[in-house]
Amino acid sequence: MEDDAPVIYGLEFQARALTAQTAETDAIRFVVGTQSLKFDNQIHIIDFDDENNMINKSVLLHDAGEIWHISGSPADKAVLTTCYSKTSESRVLTCAAVWRMPPEWESGSHESPDDSSNNPQTLELLCHLDNTTHGSVACVLWEPMGDGKRVISLAENHVLLWDLQESSTKATISSSATLEGKGQLKFTAGKWSPHHNSTQLATANDTAIRGWDLRSMSQIYCIESAHGQLVRDLDFNPNKQYYLASCGDDCKVKFWDVRHINEPVKCLEEHSHWVWSVRYNHSHDQLLLTGSSDSRVILSNMVSISSEPFGHLVDDDELSDNEESQQEDKGKEPLRDSIIATYEEHEDSVYAVEWSAADPWLFASLSYDGRLVINRVPRALKYRILL
Amino acid sequence: MSSATTPPDSDPTGRRQVHSMLKLYYGMNEEGKVESLDPCDINGPHFDPEVYLNKLRKECSLGELMDHESCTVKQIRSLDSDMQTLVYENYNKFISATDTIRKMKNDFKKMEDEMDCLSANMAAITEFSAHISGTLQDQHAQITKLSGVHTLLRKLQFLFELPARLNKCLELQAYAQAVSAHRRARCVLQQYSHMPSFRGIQDDCHVIMEQLAQQLRQKFRDGGSSAKDLSECVELLLQLDEPAEELCDKFLSHAQSRLEADLQGLEAELIDSLVTDTGGGLVQKTNPGSNPVSPSSSSTTNPFLSPTAGTDILEFIDRGCNEFVSNLCLVIASYQELFINHPQEGELASKKIPEMANGKLHVFVDTLAARYFSLVERRIQEEKGVGDNSLLVRALDRFHRRLQAISKLLPGSAVPSQGTEIVVRAARERIKQYLSALQTFYHDSLTDVRQALAAPRLSVGGASASGGGATSKDATPSLPELLTSLSNFILNQLKSVLASVHLFTAKDITFSNKPYFKGEFCSQGVREGLVVSFIKFICQSSRQYCESAGDRGGSTPPALLLLLSRLCLDYETSTISYILTLTDEQFLVQHHTPVTPVTALCAEAREAAQKLLNHYVKVQGLIISQMLRKSVETRDWVNTIEPRNVRAVMKRVVEDTTSIDVQVGLLYEEGVRKAHSSDSSKRTFSVYSSSRQQIRYAPILIHTFTCAALLVSVLTGIIKISLKTFLECVRLRTFGRYGLQQIQVDCHYLQMYLWRFVSDENLVHFLLDEIVGSAAHRCLDPSPMEQSVIEVICERG
Repeated sequence: MEDDAPVIYGLEFQARALTAQTAETDAIRFVVGTQSLKFDNQIHIIDFDDENNMINKSVLLHDAGEIWHISGSPADKAVLTTCYSKTSESRVLTCAAVWRMPPEWESGSHESPDDSSNNPQTLELLCHLDNTTHGSVACVLWEPMGDGKRVISLAENHVLLWDLQESSTKATISSSATLEGKGQLKFTAGKWSPHHNSTQLATANDTAIRGWDLRSMSQIYCIESAHGQLVRDLDFNPNKQYYLASCGDDCKVKFWDVRHINEPVKCLEEHSHWVWSVRYNHSHDQLLLTGSSDSRVILSNMVSISSEPFGHLVDDDELSDNEESQQEDKGKEPLRDSIIATYEEHEDSVYAVEWSAADPWLFASLSYDGRLVINRVPRALKYRILL
Repeated sequence: MSSATTPPDSDPTGRRQVHSMLKLYYGMNEEGKVESLDPCDINGPHFDPEVYLNKLRKECSLGELMDHESCTVKQIRSLDSDMQTLVYENYNKFISATDTIRKMKNDFKKMEDEMDCLSANMAAITEFSAHISGTLQDQHAQITKLSGVHTLLRKLQFLFELPARLNKCLELQAYAQAVSAHRRARCVLQQYSHMPSFRGIQDDCHVIMEQLAQQLRQKFRDGGSSAKDLSECVELLLQLDEPAEELCDKFLSHAQSRLEADLQGLEAELIDSLVTDTGGGLVQKTNPGSNPVSPSSSSTTNPFLSPTAGTDILEFIDRGCNEFVSNLCLVIASYQELFINHPQEGELASKKIPEMANGKLHVFVDTLAARYFSLVERRIQEEKGVGDNSLLVRALDRFHRRLQAISKLLPGSAVPSQGTEIVVRAARERIKQYLSALQTFYHDSLTDVRQALAAPRLSVGGASASGGGATSKDATPSLPELLTSLSNFILNQLKSVLASVHLFTAKDITFSNKPYFKGEFCSQGVREGLVVSFIKFICQSSRQYCESAGDRGGSTPPALLLLLSRLCLDYETSTISYILTLTDEQFLVQHHTPVTPVTALCAEAREAAQKLLNHYVKVQGLIISQMLRKSVETRDWVNTIEPRNVRAVMKRVVEDTTSIDVQVGLLYEEGVRKAHSSDSSKRTFSVYSSSRQQIRYAPILIHTFTCAALLVSVLTGIIKISLKTFLECVRLRTFGRYGLQQIQVDCHYLQMYLWRFVSDENLVHFLLDEIVGSAAHRCLDPSPMEQSVIEVICERG
């Protein structure tokens, strides 16, 4: 079975920020934020039409500044946060804000995509996550599977938990924690754990990974020198509550069991430069996506440490009803940990990879030169996992 | 009366002639003499005078006839006279004979009378004698009877005296006599036991013999009695109908007690040596701890010191052989003499004693040998020091040789083969020990090398940086020297180990011609178990350096990585095949089982070398990247001042790259670089043109292993990593006007110096262009600096 060719979409600006629209479960939709110092920055909303292999885009204006990080609300698909840098008085400060997309973007975009780029609409600012006292914001995290009322921002060495009130138009800090230590500590990445009732957070600063309990705002574990160099990204295994993947400048991807932090559970060393992004597949946690500045995206199959080490044991609702008989006929030997595919469509460093929120077999990757590539998990593997 | 045969003629020939003629006359045909049938022979019986005469007349002349006639006449005359003499003589003899006969006639008459008288006398004598014998008849019968009684009485007396005699024998300890006496009497006593008196004697004898048997048993049980005594005892007891099985048991248990004593002696020694051993070990262990200043001497010699302070293994085995094994042999020999080879007669033979005894002996020998073997094995296990193998080999040889005696004595015994097993096990164990010793040695030498590298005077980077790229050739060992000394150390150690192991297969060692030592020991043991495993270990431990160092952020000095990679490469190119050939030659390995081929090992070494080199590139790249990253991250690029100098960190980068170049060049000869364009350092690069030019960041793996390409690719890799890092860091920042200009200056500086290290200088250009382009892109106020100004600044810095 022939796999579909990747779909490539080019932005005219450089870009780093990519997110899948978490609240949207029907359409395959990614949101990209551009990074340009001189021109007005944009937010591209990219809809992928799976059947026709087509891309529909709509562009919204983000005139506050170049976007470093973007993240969509899990409850309201029109709400998103950005981290953007603002230059004032020859000082660069990265701020964060909550935005609402204008209600018309969806209808307009479908009719004439060309028009919308010519005549972009502007995002509606809901509120600022005011950080003047705390310094630059590295990223903003929504409460996973929450009601879109709570966000965390990581600013320099502070963890700030915000409550969004009055339809997200007002943000107040409900609690905060500060990382103390020698030198200038600065969070580089973070992830809100979907487990434990969303009471845990993992952050990365320099080579260390720390876990936080949000109820007490205190540190619960710390993996010192998790990587040889800077840790760039983290992700929680969506199905195994203690498992965590991290990646960093030592070109490695490591898997941790936070109960045993002395040694990583597993370590991948496939990239030849910094690994900027690591993402677990939302439904099949053996599938792992990594993007690196060696301009490659690697899809790995980490069966041995997934929640389904012996293959898919639970019947999938959609497929197994029809093909149950086939499923039993196939004597499946368990898949081994392996690299499934290396995607080399990018020509510049890949800073972000994301799985689609709607289709678990589809993902997008974004490189610095503004190229967005949408790829699918190879069909053979997909059926292997499902059947 | 044969006077007729004696003629008066003394002439022998004439007499014979006469003699024969007489014989002829009397018809006594002389046998053997061929009768002449010639009718002309005048003396022949068939003489025909007519023929003769005719013949004469025909043949002879007249004169001759005349002569013949006169001759014949003369002969006839002499014959006549002879005849006359003979007749006369015979006549005389005849007369005297007649006289004699007459005389005899008279004598016989007288004799006849005397004979009559004699016969009468004889009759009288016969009568007389009959009379006498008739009177003596009665007395003779009586005498015969009396003599019969006498012998019987003597027998009886023997019987009656038997108890006393036995007692006396008992007193005198003349057991053999007693037993033989008793044997003689036993049947009789048995036969007449219904008679009370004999019964009494029998009972007495019984009691005495019982006592005797008791004494014999006592003696038997006594430890002090010699083997000869013992055998005598056993023989007697056997004759006394003692059950042979019991005797065997007793004999064996008696022997066992003595052998046990030997074994206990051995065990005591073993424990002694154990105690001294651990004592020695403790001393050894505390030593390096107390003075860690000289680790090289203690660490390198440590595994090769023999820690046994007590008796060495040769002594132990000697003692075991001399005491236990020889005693065992003695016991076996005497036992066989007594119970197995002893010709049994009569009812003893039917009891199948040899079979039973043999079985018992085997069990006995097996159990004792098992204990002995366990002791020996414990002792061999103590032998951990790998210094002098010859002692162990000699000990094993002796052990094995002595056991052959048992196999001669006891053909079916499993003991010698078990002994061989032990030797084989010991040899296997030895190989393992040697392997681990080699491994320890390897680790220790690496530690030494590491320390040598860490020594401040050797820091090539510092030396070369100050000397502007020139290597400092002072007394401290340089990298190549370290490499050669390391590889020599290892090779020598391996050779000495091989030599030690080779002792096992020496010609004069008895077990060396066992099939194990001819085949498996050489191929599986030495070649695979020792040499191949060691080489594999080197490769593996080298690979481990790559893995462990990654996490801990370069705990392994990069120079060591480089050194190891060169070592592995050397192994690949020559050393492995050399070692294996050496081994094969020394041990005459005949490969019955598949062995690891040289190519596989070489591939492994090569892989290790490659991995190490890649890791080296990575580590060095990381060190420089780290420097660059810190420098970019910590600066406020928006508000920086106008650049006046090249930043110090860039100089550091160039210096470090130079020192790496020197370091790598020490071990790998420099390759030929691409012809450089003369103006490469002066190349201008525009800020904007390059920004769209995309260059793929290719993975930095080195696959070419020819030395020529290697040095360059190592440095290319390192520079690529560093510049890529620089680029990524720049992209994360926002620059002010002067920030961009500073980056321009820095990049130009790098451009000036780095191009010479790489194979393709365009690569450096591209990456630097990309950096400046990215910086310009991230600049709030992009107004680039004049190229001439940049050049001035760079030249000044």
